[in-house]
Amino acid sequence: MTTTTTRYADNRSTEEVQRQKTAERAEGWRRRAPLLPALIFVIICTQIPFLLTIWYSLRSRNLLRPEGEQFVGLSNFSDIFLDSTFRSAALNSVLITFGCVFVALLLGLGLALLLDRPFAGRGVVRTLLITPFLIMPVAGAMLWSISMFNPSYGLVNWMIGLVGIPPVDWTSQYPLFSIVVALVWQWTPFMMLLLLAGLQSQQRDVLEAASMDGASTWDTFRFVTLPHLRFYIELSVLLGVIYVVNTFDHIYLMTAGGPGTASANLPFYIYQRAFLGFDIGQSAAMGVVTVIATIIISLLALRLIFRGLNAKEQS
Amino acid sequence: MNAAAPSETAHTAPPSAESHGTKKDARPAPARRRKGSLLTALTWVVALLFFAPVAWMVLTSFKQESAAASSPPSFFFEPTLDQYRNIISSDAGPYFMNSLIATAGSTILVLILAVPAAYALSIRPIKRTQDALFFFISTKMLPIVAVIMPIYVIAGQIRMLDNILTLIILYTAMNLPIAIWMMRSFFLEVPSEVLEAASIDGASLLGTMRRVLIPMVAPGIAATALICVIFAWNEFFFALNLTAANAATAPIYLMSTMTSEGLFLAQLSAASVLASLPVVLAGWFAQKQLVRGLSMGAVK
Repeated sequence: MTTTTTRYADNRSTEEVQRQKTAERAEGWRRRAPLLPALIFVIICTQIPFLLTIWYSLRSRNLLRPEGEQFVGLSNFSDIFLDSTFRSAALNSVLITFGCVFVALLLGLGLALLLDRPFAGRGVVRTLLITPFLIMPVAGAMLWSISMFNPSYGLVNWMIGLVGIPPVDWTSQYPLFSIVVALVWQWTPFMMLLLLAGLQSQQRDVLEAASMDGASTWDTFRFVTLPHLRFYIELSVLLGVIYVVNTFDHIYLMTAGGPGTASANLPFYIYQRAFLGFDIGQSAAMGVVTVIATIIISLLALRLIFRGLNAKEQS
Repeated sequence: MNAAAPSETAHTAPPSAESHGTKKDARPAPARRRKGSLLTALTWVVALLFFAPVAWMVLTSFKQESAAASSPPSFFFEPTLDQYRNIISSDAGPYFMNSLIATAGSTILVLILAVPAAYALSIRPIKRTQDALFFFISTKMLPIVAVIMPIYVIAGQIRMLDNILTLIILYTAMNLPIAIWMMRSFFLEVPSEVLEAASIDGASLLGTMRRVLIPMVAPGIAATALICVIFAWNEFFFALNLTAANAATAPIYLMSTMTSEGLFLAQLSAASVLASLPVVLAGWFAQKQLVRGLSMGAVK
């Protein structure tokens, strides 16, 4: 795409070619110079720690026993695959991430469709709807675990009490469900905003033509709107996955991974092993595994974002 | 620009649309209108449901503790500002100050680094622009938990634990990729004739940037700053692991009100309202920029 290779004809003198090359190199550096500070900064802050993580993952190291550090090859990795808590944390990560993204996407799509029509107070409704996303996640997590889900005075139990359902201790009986509810509440506005932007970028005349031709609302949605939305849906799912898979605040504050380790996801379990168990080697190995898993998802996401980007730049 | 002018829209009471059997094929236009007002009513109900927890949080923050944790919940009470007074007279100040320093510091640093970088990836692009973009965004996908241990160890060795500078640096690294992507998408919208005209006039690179380019992308810079502010202000994980008494930020304060003082729900709610308010207001007034930032510039 950006490879603009310049070939020189043979009949030029070598001196001229040399001068040309020097000039080109200087120009290349002039272009690169503004980028370098940011590039170096990011490399130092992200790549060096990650290389260290890989290094740690190959060693046995426990901060409580500093003398016992040694190279252990891949044994940290084989240990964590035998660790049933690691497996359940990985499963929880998948359940929380996809549960949240899927439900938030459906709700977000519904809300986006509702908002994509003129009605009284649309601006206010949109403002109300995006607020959960703007609330500090720590505040949101505590709001749900205490004000909403508290067994004795939480709003949720009061509401189900109105229809005669006995109180439930949500965060201990249904920890994953409670976390997913709080996350869906936070992430639905995100999905809604992206999908609404998608809906509003539709060309009105196409929709009008469809309805002129006698297409029903549902047919128009299925055959015109949905294909148009595809890019936006994929983008919101993949961005959602990338953000939600790193969920830590809600788990830390709502259930602390409990009861036991029933609701720990990978970030929380790795955190526990590192900062409460001081087991650097194993937590690093888990980190590496998480990164590999994330890379697979990310590659999909990146390809998608680039596709959208290039399509936009060509138009 | 933003549709969030709260004054403009009165609370239109949803037209009384009790459905007397919605199917009246004989009268298409009124039926459609009825369907429309039903949808509007539904939209309002869902929006209010979504907002209800926030409203409840705000409501609770004006209660006395006894009314806050009552069962059944109390909807009518004598509002009080006691909780806010308590917080202002408590030790919350330094936490909020730290949040402010970390947020402002990292956002400024991000802009200083991101604007030239985005320039080198858009207006006078380097050869491997796509590779560089790919690299930047891929760091965003690195799970933070996978690098927290080395960062903790390094920060400990260079005596930077519990130092607000550490948070500034990390928040900068966290937001820089998003900022570069966003700024690039704004730079790409600058018409090339403008830049050509400037270079024909013999303006230097820095001169062009300062006099032509920066004013043109000023709204973009504001949008980028907004996104950086949101993520830095709300950040919890780094703050939790790398700070203690000196550099702890507002999210840590929130958490500490819960754990150290037991359950003072009204006060916790007031603290939550105060901690959330800056970002909520910023987001309300810049909804359009929010969309663009959240999608890293891919959605306009």
